[in-house]
Amino acid sequence: MRTIIEQKIPKIITKSTPFPSNEVMLDLKNLKKVYPTPKGDYVVLEDLNLQIKKEEFVTIIGHSGCGKTTMLSMIAGLNPISGGNISVLGKHIRGPGPDRGVIFQSPSLMPWMTSLQNVLLGVNQVFPDATKSQRNTIAKYYLQKVGLEDSFHKKASELSQGMQQRVGIARAFAIKPKVLLLDEPFGMLDSLTRGELQDILIEIWNKEKITAVMITHDVDEAIFLADRVVMMTSGPRAKIGDILDINFERPRTRKSVLEHDDYYTYRKHLIDFLEH
Amino acid sequence: MKASITFGKVTNFLGLGFFSTLKNLFTGKLEKEDFKVLLRKTIVPLASIVLFIGLWHLGAKSLYNIEAKFKIEKALKDQGQTAADALKVCIASGESTCQPNTLPSPAQVWESYKSLLRDHHIISSDKAAFIEKTAVLNAKRIAAGKAAITYTGRPSFVDQIFRSLQTVFAGFLLALLIAVPLGIFIGLSPTLKSAFNWFIQIFKPVSPVVWYLLVFMIVKTLLIDSNEDSSFTISFISVGFCSMWATLVNTAMGVSTVDKDYINVAKVLKLGTFQKIFKVVLPSSLPLIFTGLKITLSVAWMVLIAIELLAQSPGLGLFVWEEFQNGANDSNAKIIVAMFVIGIIGFLLDRLMLTIQNWVSFDKTDAI
Repeated sequence: MRTIIEQKIPKIITKSTPFPSNEVMLDLKNLKKVYPTPKGDYVVLEDLNLQIKKEEFVTIIGHSGCGKTTMLSMIAGLNPISGGNISVLGKHIRGPGPDRGVIFQSPSLMPWMTSLQNVLLGVNQVFPDATKSQRNTIAKYYLQKVGLEDSFHKKASELSQGMQQRVGIARAFAIKPKVLLLDEPFGMLDSLTRGELQDILIEIWNKEKITAVMITHDVDEAIFLADRVVMMTSGPRAKIGDILDINFERPRTRKSVLEHDDYYTYRKHLIDFLEH
Repeated sequence: MKASITFGKVTNFLGLGFFSTLKNLFTGKLEKEDFKVLLRKTIVPLASIVLFIGLWHLGAKSLYNIEAKFKIEKALKDQGQTAADALKVCIASGESTCQPNTLPSPAQVWESYKSLLRDHHIISSDKAAFIEKTAVLNAKRIAAGKAAITYTGRPSFVDQIFRSLQTVFAGFLLALLIAVPLGIFIGLSPTLKSAFNWFIQIFKPVSPVVWYLLVFMIVKTLLIDSNEDSSFTISFISVGFCSMWATLVNTAMGVSTVDKDYINVAKVLKLGTFQKIFKVVLPSSLPLIFTGLKITLSVAWMVLIAIELLAQSPGLGLFVWEEFQNGANDSNAKIIVAMFVIGIIGFLLDRLMLTIQNWVSFDKTDAI
């Protein structure tokens, strides 16, 4: 059964044309965010420049309140841009859209819907020309990928926090976005569940290779998942402080990463930055 | 065993959970630790009912004595000793013509209740006989294109109850059809909200009586050519207008305070307006909408009595008013019967809404 579904999927949903592999997927230019206050403007971000290549996984770390989430929600189009611009494949973004999938910090599922319905909500929107059974197949495929094959018809409100976030992951991947934005998706989970979900995320990502930007507070998570770790300076007027390339091979396992000689060098680099 | 589980589920669902404890008592399945629950949930309410009836009885008796004493003294002053003695004997004999007119005792109310039921049986058999008698004739009349002869006798107490329920449901439906869509629009658009805010704030506190008069003014003119009795139309529209405010305000609030995360999901997925409303906004504001509807239904039932009375529209309100005007010996007792019926039906309507709310709402903990 599983293999049948796996064979069917790519035919329906691989529409994308091949890219030159160094192409810039997401481009932030002189990005600025200002909140006007009675005492004058409060500048959250200023002169922020970042280019993310296709099929790259970038994690962003920085202190609380430095504007990471502001930046991510600007990329998602949920927060207006005060200056500079954001483009996806060379096109300036205008407002939110399903080309930039978001996995929110809280699972943000509709509690009155089943997990399948929650995933279908996006799938129906993105594949309006597919038949009903094709859309069902897509939604079920991704739910199965996150290990929820037994919970298609469970109400979201009946699922545990960790399972809800699995549905959140399935929902984000199922709409086949160009860019995947993850806003501390595992921040609310206990460390055991967190590890499980990191494995699930990286497993799907290895298959789909969707360009991803993920905010995290967890240094180990940042290293384990990323090709590059972006370190942001503390606000106000936050910008990019440093970028660290992570040169582990993919696909990686937690064990191989932890045993790698460079792991502690990377880790020290990040912690030194955060402690300054 | 299985039957008792379903019984328990059903009664809990209807908010009548104490029945299942009571049932356990009779089936001998009561555990020791259940006794405290039984005491609190069953015995205490029952005891308070008994106490209530007892106090009522004593109060009615003392009011009766005050009224009787006053009557006898008045007779003595106005007509002399013989008349006063005759009245004393008459009151003591229980003769209905000379009874003091005051708060009826529980026993009298129970009697009136039974007599109202008897009355209902008489009227309904009368009605059935009438329908049987006119069946053939009516068939002929309809075949000839003429209107059928209908029963025009006095409605019984039970008929009045059903008439009142009809009015309240028509009014409730009107309130729902106006308040829910309007509330959604107001909740979605800050512009509409500021446009309607003064209107809601000013008209919400207006008394049912004034609403009735307003509706009367308008409907009277609109139905000027019609010979039909407009009292039902006027009363249900008034009930609707009086009661819709809670639903309007709650719907608007529910819609404007949908969890921001859900709205963000809708934005990211670029759901259309229609889909956003029906898949995200409405389901998430259902608990608040239902709280509003529940208040609306209970307000509708409460104002109904006053409005029926004003509109002379058949129903419990008119029944109460007519009994009060009537001033017969058992009129007061009938009014108290109506009071209990109104209260009990109000309670059942509230439970009905709660049941529907529990059934449709995703958030099972929210309903109170």
